[in-house]
Amino acid sequence: MLYREAGQFKASYEADQQIFPILQDRIGVMLLIGFFALAVPLFADQYWLKAILIPVLIFSLAAIGLNILTGYAGQLSLGSAAFMAVGAFGAYNFMLRIDGMPFLVAILLGGLCAALVGVMFGLPSLRIKGFYLAVATLAAQFFIVWALVKIEWFSNYSSSGVITAQQIEILGFAFEGPQSKYLLTLFVVVMMALAAKNMVRSTTGRSWMAVRDMDVAAEVIGIRLMRTKLTAFAVSSFYCGVAGALYAYTYIGTVEPEGFNLDLSFKILFMIIIGGVGSIMGSFLGAAFIVLLPIALDVFVPMLLGDLVSSSFVSNLQLIVFGGLIVFFLIVEPHGLARLWQIGKEKLRLWPFPH
Amino acid sequence: MAREIGDVILKMEGISLSFGGVKALTNISFDVREHEIRSIIGPNGAGKSSMLNVINGVYHPQEGQVTFRGEVRRDMEPHKAAKQGIARTFQNIALFKGMSVIDNIMTGRNLKMKCNVFHHALHWGKARAEEIEHRKKVEEVIDFLEIQNIRKTPVGRLPYGLQKRVELGRALAAEPSMMLLDEPMAGMNVEEKQDMCRFILDVNDQFGTTIVLIEHDMGVVMDISDRVVVLDYGKKIGDGEPDEVKNNPDVIAAYLGTSH
Repeated sequence: MLYREAGQFKASYEADQQIFPILQDRIGVMLLIGFFALAVPLFADQYWLKAILIPVLIFSLAAIGLNILTGYAGQLSLGSAAFMAVGAFGAYNFMLRIDGMPFLVAILLGGLCAALVGVMFGLPSLRIKGFYLAVATLAAQFFIVWALVKIEWFSNYSSSGVITAQQIEILGFAFEGPQSKYLLTLFVVVMMALAAKNMVRSTTGRSWMAVRDMDVAAEVIGIRLMRTKLTAFAVSSFYCGVAGALYAYTYIGTVEPEGFNLDLSFKILFMIIIGGVGSIMGSFLGAAFIVLLPIALDVFVPMLLGDLVSSSFVSNLQLIVFGGLIVFFLIVEPHGLARLWQIGKEKLRLWPFPH
Repeated sequence: MAREIGDVILKMEGISLSFGGVKALTNISFDVREHEIRSIIGPNGAGKSSMLNVINGVYHPQEGQVTFRGEVRRDMEPHKAAKQGIARTFQNIALFKGMSVIDNIMTGRNLKMKCNVFHHALHWGKARAEEIEHRKKVEEVIDFLEIQNIRKTPVGRLPYGLQKRVELGRALAAEPSMMLLDEPMAGMNVEEKQDMCRFILDVNDQFGTTIVLIEHDMGVVMDISDRVVVLDYGKKIGDGEPDEVKNNPDVIAAYLGTSH
């Protein structure tokens, strides 16, 4: 009863093509953003901000990046973490080498570096598809991490490529505490998520999906396969790059190339599989799920089983539950949490009536 | 009738196409005149779909030349054919399954859209105006095909006949001057076929679109075509007006078999 669009008549195509066409969705999104921007920084403690909310936001951004490439444009990639690394090291070098480099510009430039590298490693996608492409992007994963360690200039000749993110300062305001870093991250992520939503609902996104669903038909309509795929690689890597820069600057602080390994790439892939392939909101849900699950298991398993089990058992159990859930999702709901939310919404439209 | 058949706009001369050792088309020549409905018929495996693929650049013939509006083609790519105003539908529906009807038809207009990815990311001003302008055109197509009630349905959920209609809509949205229809009525019941025939005739009549049609239903072909090409085993065995083709002994032999 509460969630239904009955009575919301659209009198113009503009109204019909809004980013959130249903009033309840608009209110919901406003409330969510308001809650996370105003209420959370006031009440959440350091641990929540630093260990949960900031990483969830950053991984959401990376997941959006991968979702653009895999979920919307249909190009499988296992190199997301490497593109994050390019963004992190790119932003670091811009901050380091250019005096008075504004922070936001530096992370955008870091993202652009990642986009360039992404386009380079996206070139094989013009020839190969599916799993074979995934293997080609695997090359990006290993090569980039290797290059960042090997070429010491990238890490300013520090040992084993470790970099320490500089102090963030915007217009004279220093972002030191977790609160201000959280708000900065939230701002960047929300802006970029809205931009992603805009892209996928316009010609760019339609071309991506057309190439994903039926590439021959897309070409016959006049969609340039090469340009469309490379745009997807560029935008996707840009998102991953910015996520990587934020990862270094607002989350970890000190990063090394090895931190952006294949494990992280897989983690981001799991986020979009569990959250929902081809859904912006799913990227957030998936990131939250994957970040929160280990923490929740850490808390609840000892609580339930008490002293019966050792901590090493708990950490193994985590992996088992994790793997089990991924298999479960692949079988039961290949469209992930976002699809469950969609089904829930359809039920809500009718509630309390069955039909 | 408003339409008047004009000059030859597409000329196929001596087209031969083979895949490895398999000869799909052998030395085929025919032409298509402006505003006409030109059918290509023939038994299964005769090379009809290959012929359409040659016309819009998916396949490149080893021999022969294609002249479209006075321009001889060399190694045509499909998107260039689209730019020249050639749209097509497919034998097996080739819609974008994950998208709604509106989005599918909107993709048909992508060549007419000028905004780039940065405009789209902001979705403000120019990009928004463009989206609305093209939405109007898409709604005209939706009205024309009488599919208003399913405009927001994901195409994967639609029944077969409607999917075929949406695919026609996607081709129409590009406002093509020539449309290639690959078995638009395959697998339809009588009512659906009648609807589809009416749409094809209306498109031809109202927009003056030249239509190249592949179809197996002889009743339909003989009724709506201006001229018919008959292929068999990659060779042309007949060409002319429906009545002429109907009485061609080679064509009868190909369809009914001959006694030896």
